[in-house]
Amino acid sequence: MSTLELVQTLKKDNGRVWNVSWHPKGESFASCSEDKSIRIWAKDGSKYTNKVVLTDGHKRTIREVAWSPCGDFLASASFDATTCVWDKKNGEFTCNVTLEGHENEVKSVAYSSNGLHLATCSRDKSVWVWEVAGEDEYDCVAVLNSHTQDVKKIVWHPSKEILASASYDNTVKLFKDDVALGEWVNSNTLHGHESTVWSIDFDATGERIASVSDDKTLKIWKEYPPGNPEGIPTEDKESAWKCVCTISGHHMRTIYDVTWCPLTGLIATACGDDAIRIFKEENGCDPNAPTFNLVATVERAHSQDVNCVSWNPKTPGLLLSCSDDAEIKVWKFKE
Amino acid sequence: MNLDQLENENPNVFNKTEDRLITAQEEDDNVVDEFDRREIFDLIRDINDPEHPLSLEELHVVQEDLIEVDNHKNVVNVSFTPTIPHCSMATLIGLSIRVKLLRCLPARFKVTVEVTPGTHNAEHSVNKQLADKERVAAALENFNLIKVINQCIANRSKG
Repeated sequence: MSTLELVQTLKKDNGRVWNVSWHPKGESFASCSEDKSIRIWAKDGSKYTNKVVLTDGHKRTIREVAWSPCGDFLASASFDATTCVWDKKNGEFTCNVTLEGHENEVKSVAYSSNGLHLATCSRDKSVWVWEVAGEDEYDCVAVLNSHTQDVKKIVWHPSKEILASASYDNTVKLFKDDVALGEWVNSNTLHGHESTVWSIDFDATGERIASVSDDKTLKIWKEYPPGNPEGIPTEDKESAWKCVCTISGHHMRTIYDVTWCPLTGLIATACGDDAIRIFKEENGCDPNAPTFNLVATVERAHSQDVNCVSWNPKTPGLLLSCSDDAEIKVWKFKE
Repeated sequence: MNLDQLENENPNVFNKTEDRLITAQEEDDNVVDEFDRREIFDLIRDINDPEHPLSLEELHVVQEDLIEVDNHKNVVNVSFTPTIPHCSMATLIGLSIRVKLLRCLPARFKVTVEVTPGTHNAEHSVNKQLADKERVAAALENFNLIKVINQCIANRSKG
């Protein structure tokens, strides 16, 4: 019997905590909240404590924070329509870059795996790709207007320059830099969810995506490259993506976030029914119709909606969560 | 809110319900008093209609029968009925109900505010917007919008 054990509860903020993000080294993390602050937490002995509070970057709710792969930069996306990039060059964290351009709330921000690109998305329906041109220099290289509604979340492929986005228009879209055309293009659109897709995550290989939605389901999508042995048709030498698994009946309300652990393969979800759930793929199942079993549930993980879950990149089974109840919790998964 | 032309010039106006009679048991602090639909109704019945100098109760936009409360599951569901099926104020009315309940009820409650099925042309899209907490949170940081909502939910002198 597997369990998710509470390790520590952290509370400093006065309002809803929207997002938590592990530093790539896995020893510290950042959180952001509707009180317009970013906090950085690190271990003091065996306990995490709040080390830094950043309050002067944004005028409205901070929706998401993301570290660069090198761990030297922290980007923050805010309802004030800007994205800030913070660094520690002067000894303490300061905001040295403010990216403007979105018409309204920026909802998600992420660095590509090689750190050369940054992507942002907004209620203005667009996804922007920025090139990290130099120290404190970001150039917008693409404004992608493929979605018909708010874009809620963006994530990068774990090793390639492929970007995935989730939207209020019920779809997930994939974008990549088409070298022949010399521009970023929408290569795939994943239809299947019946309401807003709130979050997505790639698995360790980047060949599968997990998505979660207001329709209360978790879906697993698989890439079928051209010439795939299964005979799934592909177009224009582009991979096809197919939903290979829909997990329903477990979540009672909107699912706000999903995280797919690159170390263990475990999937965790954050739900509006206050619960955190862990899913594990059955050993030896058919990759074209995999089975994911619910292996652990914490019913009242928080006293209100759980907004975000995140697996530690270095320590297997170490999970962070945050909630409308203003708390951040550290969990340990045990088989 | 001042509009040059009213969308619904001549709405039906209904009588208000009597004030709730408070029983001795309800005043006894030793008795656990759970939320019921009448209490939820009392919280939202006096919200002002954005178009008319009337309350949502007087226009039958909210009705006690269209409220569900489950204290054990911490669920409150409110259906509201726009006076006309093309009412452009539906989202604003729904948002006012939602904000009033968010401010008054304990945070443990999951509040759902939806259009009464079949009473509005854009029912699905209004419901989807009202259910999206990120959009609601962003709307509440919009100074002009929150001013209008506060006007709708401000207490009116009873008379």
